[in-house]
Amino acid sequence: MMKFGVIQFPGSNCDQDAYYAVRDVLKQPVEYIWHQETDLSGFDCIILPGGFSYGDYLRTGAIARFSPVMNAVHDFADKGGRVIGICNGFQILCEAQLLPGALIPNVGLRFICKYVNVRAENTGSDFTRLCEPGQVLRIPIAHHGGNYYADPDTLKSLEDNNRVILRYCDDEGNVTESSNPNGSLNNIAGIINDRGNVAGMMPHPERAVEEVLGSTDGVLILKSIVESLRT
Amino acid sequence: MVVTTEPGSRTVYNTVPIPPEVYRPMSMSDDEYRKVVEVLGRHPTFTELGMYAVMWSEHCGYKYSRPVLRLFKKYREAIDGTGLENAGIIDIGDGLGIAMKMESHNHPSAVEPFQGAATGVGGILRDIFTMGARPIACLDSLRFGKLDIARNRYLFEHVIGGIAFYGNCVGVPTVGGEVYFEDCYTGNCLVNVMAVGLMRHEDVAYARASGPGNSVMLVGSRTGRDGIHGATFASVELTEESESRKSNVQVGDPFTEKCLIEATLEALKTGLIVGIQDMGAAGITCSTCETAAKAGTGMRIDVRKVPLRETGMTPYEIMLSESQERMLAIVRKGHEDEVAAVFKKWGLNAVVIGEVTNDGLVSVYDGDDLVAQVPAKSLAEEAPTYELETEEPEYLARVRDYDLSSIPEPSDYNEVLIKLLGAPTVASKEWVYQQYDHMVQTNTVILPGSDAAVLRIRGTKKAIALVTDCNGRYCYLDPYVGAQIAVAEAARNLACTGARPMGVTDCLNFGNPEKPEVFWQFKRAVEGMADACEFFEAPVVSGNVSFYNETPEMAVYPTPVVGMLGLIDDVDKRCTSGFKDEGDVIVLVSGWRANEASHQTYSDKPRRSEHREESPCDIESLGGSEYLNTIHGLAVGRPPILDIDREKRVHQAVLRAIDRRLLKSAHDCSDGGLAVAIAEGCILGNVGASISLLANCAPSAALFSETQSRIVVSLPAAKLGEMMEIIDDLQVEMTVLGKVGGDTLQVSVNDVPVINVKISEIESIWRGAIARKMEGA
Repeated sequence: MMKFGVIQFPGSNCDQDAYYAVRDVLKQPVEYIWHQETDLSGFDCIILPGGFSYGDYLRTGAIARFSPVMNAVHDFADKGGRVIGICNGFQILCEAQLLPGALIPNVGLRFICKYVNVRAENTGSDFTRLCEPGQVLRIPIAHHGGNYYADPDTLKSLEDNNRVILRYCDDEGNVTESSNPNGSLNNIAGIINDRGNVAGMMPHPERAVEEVLGSTDGVLILKSIVESLRT
Repeated sequence: MVVTTEPGSRTVYNTVPIPPEVYRPMSMSDDEYRKVVEVLGRHPTFTELGMYAVMWSEHCGYKYSRPVLRLFKKYREAIDGTGLENAGIIDIGDGLGIAMKMESHNHPSAVEPFQGAATGVGGILRDIFTMGARPIACLDSLRFGKLDIARNRYLFEHVIGGIAFYGNCVGVPTVGGEVYFEDCYTGNCLVNVMAVGLMRHEDVAYARASGPGNSVMLVGSRTGRDGIHGATFASVELTEESESRKSNVQVGDPFTEKCLIEATLEALKTGLIVGIQDMGAAGITCSTCETAAKAGTGMRIDVRKVPLRETGMTPYEIMLSESQERMLAIVRKGHEDEVAAVFKKWGLNAVVIGEVTNDGLVSVYDGDDLVAQVPAKSLAEEAPTYELETEEPEYLARVRDYDLSSIPEPSDYNEVLIKLLGAPTVASKEWVYQQYDHMVQTNTVILPGSDAAVLRIRGTKKAIALVTDCNGRYCYLDPYVGAQIAVAEAARNLACTGARPMGVTDCLNFGNPEKPEVFWQFKRAVEGMADACEFFEAPVVSGNVSFYNETPEMAVYPTPVVGMLGLIDDVDKRCTSGFKDEGDVIVLVSGWRANEASHQTYSDKPRRSEHREESPCDIESLGGSEYLNTIHGLAVGRPPILDIDREKRVHQAVLRAIDRRLLKSAHDCSDGGLAVAIAEGCILGNVGASISLLANCAPSAALFSETQSRIVVSLPAAKLGEMMEIIDDLQVEMTVLGKVGGDTLQVSVNDVPVINVKISEIESIWRGAIARKMEGA
């Protein structure tokens, strides 16, 4: 069994959804971790959930990175632990410089909540290894600031090193401008760090884990983590 | 009245009458002022005057509406019995209850749309979690003027933005609602927000200040000067000066609200909170006097203990502030620190501001000075009520007698259909709901855009369906029938998803009630709603009245919005509105007998009714329709006939068919009539249909009349026999209209082709209509 921890920042609001997905769908042990916690020993994977940590008032994720738990997350990642940031969690990981680049307001400047298609890239990663190469996943997004930006060098390094794991695409898997919901560079929806144990993604895999919700494609991502921990 | 003071404290008496030029601008009449003097046995202090003005306003005191609201059974029982709680609770079995309530934020939104709408969401959510229920859904029933006017686009954009800003951040999915665009809402937009919560029955919390000696704690945000006299502002008409009343509009902080939700639910679990009430309109005044009045106790508070966000605030300002994200908690003596610890964990204030007393008085101190002392019940429960005059409005005869046969039949029905699908009221609302997080909490199993939103209830097989409904134009043409149709259509929407109605919350939006014509509309609408709710066994458990929705130019249509909850026993049997598979048969299930000429009518048994017998397929049936509105610019005629007995049987037939898994889709016929309902079924299913209608009336009426009690369903041909059994058993009618298939919608009336459109073409018109309007196209 792999033990998951879901961090609760004040203002997190997808913490319960992630918790249920791990407990009820992955059927793995899972606990909430209060943002003031400093000890993450015993966990195999840490989830930074979606939401509006600290209201996102200054800038998305900008205050949460100073939460006491984030030092522990740094150490946890340094030791090779799996960390996944979803939506606001991705924003926090970028602010905390555990992942490169930034998430800026969507083109159009409006919140967008809808199902999108994302293409699984680098299906060897700890977060996509159960996907077929090029597989199209149907997973919802819900964000105001999901427009991925990085400077040209960073972007090149991400691409050259296969660190883009999800890309917005059309039904057939073509990466097109019209399938890019928020203006992200290179249609990037999810990336990993250099070492490959920390991931951030704007789509919400925990919202696509049961038939009754309309898609189970998110299970592939969450189960990939379990699979990677086994090996 | 005897004034009781603490030893060593000073009493600030007022022996001088307060002049009318002071109390009248607070919307207090001379008679009401005299009544205050009578209650107190002296002239009020300035603070006391403010407290009475706001608590006796229509917004808080329901001084005009209360006598009429007694028509609602549950309301009557509550007033005569245990008193009103903040929101009604509906039992859905498994030890679970649903709390729901709807509230208007019309006036604030008309002046400051973003914050006005945002704080509307925050306020109604507090009404829900103060009962111990976790908020699980919001819906928004919105009305604006036409989008061709820049001001209306501004209001629309920022109201949606405000709802999204607040609702998305607090993590409560906004799953449904409605948006109408009509001229009468120009300058008078209606913003009605509904919130729904889930709880275990044993976790219910009460808004009662029980137990003298217990501590009164203020938790949540600090108190500032925002929103002072918001409730009295909501109880007058909007004028040019309203713009200068922006300071009457509160400012919302959804992050604090999110923390307040979690902290409150966590604190309630300690069992140390004996009573709790949110602070909305009239802030500390309302929450102190209401909780004390309900428990038959009194309360002594010190405004100097209230955490403030600004310096120099007077007792008057502190008592009347409508600063958001605050709650009043009554905590067992000696356990204040334990409760405060929970709120502190969430970064929130929690301070003792006073204690419960047994003298029935709300005593307000400013340090040592007693600045107000009034009987709690006089503020909370004894607002003067008025029986206002009613008079049938003159316009009714004119609009009803309009000769609909003088309206020319269209030459191109494709064009009419396309215009209707592109009318913002009919068009897809995805421009709106994609700005709302409608999936958070991962319970939404029918997303916005279908007949009703459906949420599964985790840990059970059940699901709930939620919908809001009201066609203001119908209510304008006949408030009684219009209100009944609002109830009927809400129940019909629920039936289309497979849910049976369980209860109703309402939001009654009208003009100035002091005008007899407006009060007549109000009374007739409440009568219609009460009658229909009783018939559908969907009691009105909570609600809100919003008057004075008018500008010097015009009043809104009478708009009694219904928010309805339905229950689905097995979530796997839910149904959506889009067609599914090529070859499926499209059938109209109707309470009305189809034309005798129809050889495709499966049932020919005569139906008894005290009303009109035959299918109302004539030109008169176009009365009040979206077709007349959009194509001809008319709001005339009579609204469609409603026979609630037929209506209910149609719902039962569709519910039974869904339960037996016969149906692939179900969609109600409403705005735009049968043609629009079928076109939407095609668009949502991304598939075409060929339809053959037989009608002994003009094609415009056959296609676009909004005849009630009709649901378009699709099913495999092999299931038609089973469907017929249900139809016969419930004595309703069913007509095979055609088949699902292809990539076009083709409709003929009496074998004459009248509509032939590509689905891809109507889809882009329907989906993009609002976005194009917003871009100024």
